[in-house]
Amino acid sequence: MDNESQYSGYSYKSSHSRSSRKHRDRRDRHRSKSRDSSSRGDKSVTIQTPGEPLLDAESTRGDDRDDNWGETTTVVTGTSEHSISNEDLTRLTKDLEESTPLECKRFIGPALGGCLSFFALVTPLAFLILPQVLWRDALEPCGTPCEGLYVSLAFKLLVLLISSWALFLRPPRATLPRFFVFRCLLMVLVFLFVASYWLFYGVRVLEPRERDYRGIVEYAASLVDALLFIQYLALVLLEVRHLQPAFCLKVVRSTDGASKFYNVGHLSIQRAAAWVLDRYYSDFSVYNPAVVNLPKSILSKKMTGFKVYSLDENPTNNSTGQSRAMIAAAARRRDNSHNEYYYEEAEMERRIRKRKARLVVAVEEAFTHIKRLHEDEVASSPKHPREVMDPREAAQAIFAPMARAMQKYLRTTRQQAFHSMESILTHLQFCITHNMTPKAFLERYLTPGPTMQYQQQNGRGRQWTLVSEEPVTSGLRQGLVFSLRRSDFSLVVTVTPLPFLRLGEEFIDPKSHKFVMRLQSETSV
Amino acid sequence: MSFVPGQPVTAIVQRIEIQKLRQGENLILGFSIGGGIDQDPGQNPFSEDKSDKGIYVTRITPGGPAEVAGLKMGDKIMQVNGWDMTMVTHDQARKKLTKRKEDVVRLLITRKSLEETVKQSMGCHPKQ
Repeated sequence: MDNESQYSGYSYKSSHSRSSRKHRDRRDRHRSKSRDSSSRGDKSVTIQTPGEPLLDAESTRGDDRDDNWGETTTVVTGTSEHSISNEDLTRLTKDLEESTPLECKRFIGPALGGCLSFFALVTPLAFLILPQVLWRDALEPCGTPCEGLYVSLAFKLLVLLISSWALFLRPPRATLPRFFVFRCLLMVLVFLFVASYWLFYGVRVLEPRERDYRGIVEYAASLVDALLFIQYLALVLLEVRHLQPAFCLKVVRSTDGASKFYNVGHLSIQRAAAWVLDRYYSDFSVYNPAVVNLPKSILSKKMTGFKVYSLDENPTNNSTGQSRAMIAAAARRRDNSHNEYYYEEAEMERRIRKRKARLVVAVEEAFTHIKRLHEDEVASSPKHPREVMDPREAAQAIFAPMARAMQKYLRTTRQQAFHSMESILTHLQFCITHNMTPKAFLERYLTPGPTMQYQQQNGRGRQWTLVSEEPVTSGLRQGLVFSLRRSDFSLVVTVTPLPFLRLGEEFIDPKSHKFVMRLQSETSV
Repeated sequence: MSFVPGQPVTAIVQRIEIQKLRQGENLILGFSIGGGIDQDPGQNPFSEDKSDKGIYVTRITPGGPAEVAGLKMGDKIMQVNGWDMTMVTHDQARKKLTKRKEDVVRLLITRKSLEETVKQSMGCHPKQ
């Protein structure tokens, strides 16, 4: 749509780098939108558009790289027919940079496993086909038993194929720091197994040109049987063993103390770490670096005390005693900081509640301006033509009256870094499309949601460091502690075994429930 | 008096001998008892320890044999004619007190004021 205008702009503003041009374009577009919406609303709104929420260090790094890349390339003009716009180019380069360094490392394990399993699946067919191809005439014909074996072979191979696809052909969700012991073990087992079968085949069948075809078919069938058993072993080791809970993991976030308990089975430390991170993204509320423990104003008061300088040349005992007394008095006076903390907390809570009330009222009112148009209501009087809008325009129309209250609330709860205006508009559009009430629209902003809610769909994945005193392939044990570190916070995980339960039995006869009144009788003697 | 199960109970007791009065066919003593191991100890207004399930004197008829003998309301009966009263049911206590063949009942009773009296007397004559 805007291709021509962009290019004409670029050709004479070529001194600026590409990415800043991109930001400026986006900012201009946003500003024009905000101007439109403010003209429709009653209040004048000045809206900051940060562009992209600065959640991750990774995203800012990407922008830097983008700048450098833009400086050294040639200009793309709009004269050719197959032209891509400015933004497509930058997006492509970003994708390229994101995907190539990761591709090899992430997929090498599954690729190897895939090759091996393909090799293993093809082997029985090769066993059957090779004699037919090489010395067909010399083979003894075998009748019904062979056909039975063919059918069973075919079905077993089909079952192997389908179950491998169902269980193992999944994109890996984590790269572990060390080898995944069970998977390596199984791959080595399969490889040795198939190799030994080929060895025997080569020595006993190919060389002497064995004529008993039935024996060959039985040999291939035994290979497939054994492969099925290895797959059963793989299923048990990789999927089933860790399902029965055996340990309780306590996960605590180091910055704000948010903690959760999880029940987990027998896993190695690295697998347990991957499991915990899976749960972390959907269970823990998002880490907000703006919420610190105590405001500096209160803590710093503790630091200031009396500074005692002795001005005399020969300090007497009296002066040191006096200074000690003064320091003790100052120490006793420091105890007021808890008082200030209490009042500060109360004030903050009151402020949040006030802003929240304003926000809720503003949103409720804004939602009353909009109504869903049904199919049969199309005919409207020509005197009052209703402007039919799609969800995006409807969202922009009602955003203006609530924008100010929203921004104030976000700033008070220090969430403004997580929600850009664009994201709020998108969410509003989403809620309008799905007939949600104002309360449903607000649930995203009133409570800090799990980290998953704020993730951008990046192909790069998240970088975590596993810090542990034990080797990470060892299994979980009692008293083990390891931590998962990110750049600005870490999760500390403590392992305790689940208690052994001794369940006893007690049978109660339903007729045995009988009651009497409590007695306080008095007898005269 | 609170007690520890399995440990002997010590108390300062007073001996009271009551002569039963014949009223028609019955022999009466002239007081009422409450308590017992089958009763609710929390309702006892006279006991210090509300888990004490002993037999307590709840009422004394004025002018009756019990009052004459010196029994007071709120006394805990420890023994009746040698029979223990600290761990009996209400009905067992009543039976021990109202045996037809006995004319006299000798009670061992205890009350809080007894302790104080003894202490006072010991304090006044420490050598004795």
